Amino acid sequence: MKLQPLEFEKPIVELEEKLADLKKHSRANDINFDTEVRRMEGKLEDTKRAIYENLTAWQRVQIARHNARPFALDYLQLSFTNFLELHGDRLFAEDRAMPGGFATISGRKCVVIGHQKGRELKENLKRNFGCANPEGYRKALRLMRLAEKFGLPFVSLIDTPGAYPGLGSEERHISEAIAVNLREMMVLRTPTVAVVIGEGGSGGALGIAVADRVLMLENAYYSVISPEGCAAILWKHRKHAPEAAAALKLTARDLFEMGLIDGIIPEPLGGAHQNHAAAIANLKTAVSRALDELTPIPHDELLARRYEKFRRFGEFAGDA
Amino acid sequence: MGIFSKPSFNSDKKREFPEGLWQKCPSCAEMIHNLDLVQNFRVCPKCDHHMTQTAHERLEMLLDVGSFEEHDANLVSVDTLKFTGMASYTDRLKSYQKKTGLKDAVISGLGAIDGQRVSIAVMDFNFIAATMGSVVGEKLTRAVERATRERLPVIIVSASGGARMYEGVLSLLQMAKTCGALALHAQARLPYISVLTHPTTGGVSASFATVGDIIMAEPKAMIGFAGPRVIKETTHQDLPPDFQTAEFLEDHGLVDMIVHRKKMRETLGELLGYLAPAK
Ligand SMILES: [Zn+2]
Repeated sequence: MKLQPLEFEKPIVELEEKLADLKKHSRANDINFDTEVRRMEGKLEDTKRAIYENLTAWQRVQIARHNARPFALDYLQLSFTNFLELHGDRLFAEDRAMPGGFATISGRKCVVIGHQKGRELKENLKRNFGCANPEGYRKALRLMRLAEKFGLPFVSLIDTPGAYPGLGSEERHISEAIAVNLREMMVLRTPTVAVVIGEGGSGGALGIAVADRVLMLENAYYSVISPEGCAAILWKHRKHAPEAAAALKLTARDLFEMGLIDGIIPEPLGGAHQNHAAAIANLKTAVSRALDELTPIPHDELLARRYEKFRRFGEFAGDA
Repeated sequence: MGIFSKPSFNSDKKREFPEGLWQKCPSCAEMIHNLDLVQNFRVCPKCDHHMTQTAHERLEMLLDVGSFEEHDANLVSVDTLKFTGMASYTDRLKSYQKKTGLKDAVISGLGAIDGQRVSIAVMDFNFIAATMGSVVGEKLTRAVERATRERLPVIIVSASGGARMYEGVLSLLQMAKTCGALALHAQARLPYISVLTHPTTGGVSASFATVGDIIMAEPKAMIGFAGPRVIKETTHQDLPPDFQTAEFLEDHGLVDMIVHRKKMRETLGELLGYLAPAK
């Protein structure tokens, strides 16, 4: 698959093209350019590192939104095995923006749910661009209860621009659907792991992210508002999204340093879309390890620790 | 008229009388003298439009005279993110503190309604649209935890533009923190009454405000998750004229009751009679 390069990847693409030309030229004319090729390969590697190891917040947002990035179902089918999908919230509808069901990871049986985007228009319409309606959150709650009842850990994979802003969504109380999940996840008597795999858009992300371990992929973002939305309000124009992205401290590294997430899952150089297999293996390792750590903890202690973790979040002054 | 015969707390000077003596009703354009407006709980005497009450006015209106005991009064927001935008967060906080005389967007504490003790928190829309940052989240959480500890009902009066984006994910996480505290309060079988006032939106509507045992709303209050402009831009749908009003939400099954401001104290008292745990 030929990947669409992002704006900041242009220098890499140019070097790759030059290198390819040189190799072609060398073959066609039977001239040995080995020294030149090696020099250019070195330069390419340096350029990649210079760019990918110093990504700005906005560049990471673009990687997080890349449509060639592994999506929830890719992880569900490859980091996990034996995915058995369950449909519907038993109240109104099946929300295909949030598939979920049973799956096994490193031999451990779990209940998993995640936001799913599409790579092209048709799939995106089916998946509603990863924006769930209330039914998605209510299905998630149903699956959480199932996990609790049958002693299975609950894993969520987060990748949404946000909960769906629509007439039906409001009529059926998206606010309440999210709020109930926030309350119930805090007291769910089973180990919970949440992974932001791409976009962690505001309440739509948090609605399945109150977990014992909250992890983020290296280039994922997690934010109270989209950089564009923030820019439109505070800078009066969406074009200031890059500044807003930086100001919001929405990268995995920022959030880990602030103690707001529990861990970062490394991505292959250039982002998960450059190497699905590596991203899928890294997620598998991280989720399996988290479950290994959480499973032996007695439920009362697990819940106490979960509450304590979220209880600490807040920065203020003036306490007596 | 017992409520106004003597002030139940002497926290403030003359905030009830700001610049002009007259205010125009935003609904019917009637000019109303400030004194009348305050006496009338900021409800337009002509068209019944409910205007924004300050948190102090609301507490004075709802609670038994002299019963309010404020808690966590000194908590103030800090600019953890060093938010650099067009205006700095610190400057915004300072200007709103000056304008409102408040430290942040919620006042909380213990009080009584018809002699029934409650833990109560009231949001004040005049302070940065009562957006929820760490201070709002912390004060609400403490109000709920205090109620759980002392086995009291919780009443939260909401009005909010949502999460306070200057605090980034920290503000988002206040949603989980407040709901978590309410989970433990609910497990202790204690009542929580959520009162929604104009407007209650975004992250506040999607957290503590919509998980009350009873959800009460003021007439015509705008309540919803996403703003109507965003919904129109996203869906190109025509929205019904009463979209996201308290009445719309009662029709669609979210709100237990719409209560006129003048009946609120009495209704809360009645509800507590049914819900409050027997001593
Ligand atoms: Zn009027």
